[in-house]
Amino acid sequence: MRATVLVRPKPGILDPQGEAVLGSLKQLGFAVDDARVGRVVDLELENGDREQARADLERMCEQLLANPLIESYEIELVED
Amino acid sequence: MSATEPKPRIAVITFPGSNDDRDATLALARLGAEPVPVWHAEDELPDVRAVVLPGGFSYGDYLRAGALARFAPVMEPVKALASDGGLVLGICNGFQVLCEAGLLPGALRPNHSLTFVCRDVPLTVERADTAFTARCTKGQHLSIPIKHGEGCFFAGPELLSELEASGQVVLRYEGESPNGSVAGIAGVVNAEGNVMGLMPHPEHAVDPLIGSGSTDGALVLGSFVDAARMATVEAAAV
Repeated sequence: MRATVLVRPKPGILDPQGEAVLGSLKQLGFAVDDARVGRVVDLELENGDREQARADLERMCEQLLANPLIESYEIELVED
Repeated sequence: MSATEPKPRIAVITFPGSNDDRDATLALARLGAEPVPVWHAEDELPDVRAVVLPGGFSYGDYLRAGALARFAPVMEPVKALASDGGLVLGICNGFQVLCEAGLLPGALRPNHSLTFVCRDVPLTVERADTAFTARCTKGQHLSIPIKHGEGCFFAGPELLSELEASGQVVLRYEGESPNGSVAGIAGVVNAEGNVMGLMPHPEHAVDPLIGSGSTDGALVLGSFVDAARMATVEAAAV
């Protein structure tokens, strides 16, 4: 089973990377109002059980992949 | 300090990517401590009542600064020492590790400027009644260098007012914050007062021949050595 974890800076958290990207996009002439830069973690899971995999992924996010104080996360499970 | 005063042993942890461990060791020794180097893979600490988590780029700052180092084997005994009232000082990357480990409140984010900032900064001592600032006076101005890319201290509005109300802000940047930290916060302690983290590097400001000549870092580290000595004597008396 594969999973993709999306980690984003929480709303209200200033995202200097996003601001820099926004500035550059505007400079290129694109009409963009906001840009936020997060992180993608692609995972290959040994576990084939969907429920267990989801529970594991939640714990991975809480413990390591995201800092819950400043980041939100989203889990996508993809079955092979 | 008199020559007869006992030298407190202070563990200095080295993670892969730490680079201020040697400066911390030299500074602590100069201030009358006996630093004990400890590798991150150790699962126990030597017999100490105080630990320093030094600056650097543990694990290349991958994922988030400090996020991977917090799982190093040595962090278990560090946490145990902290919950037992032992002294823990995190400098720069060490501060990031302590926040990630939940030993200190808040988080450190990339600098607002997105640039690495390396210069002396003016600081105000907000509290001089901690184990880490007892040689200072409240309101004292210090000049200590910072050098970091991820030193923007973040705490949400609720946590921030809690920190301010409980007096956990120990050091604050004077004037505009060099990294975008909320309320100009440069250093905090935990609620119990035995764990402190700060972005400025006191170990780089103990020798007048190095840097700008400020030795204000010795006030912070010297306070910490005093407290470590007291804690060591107390532990021996039990």
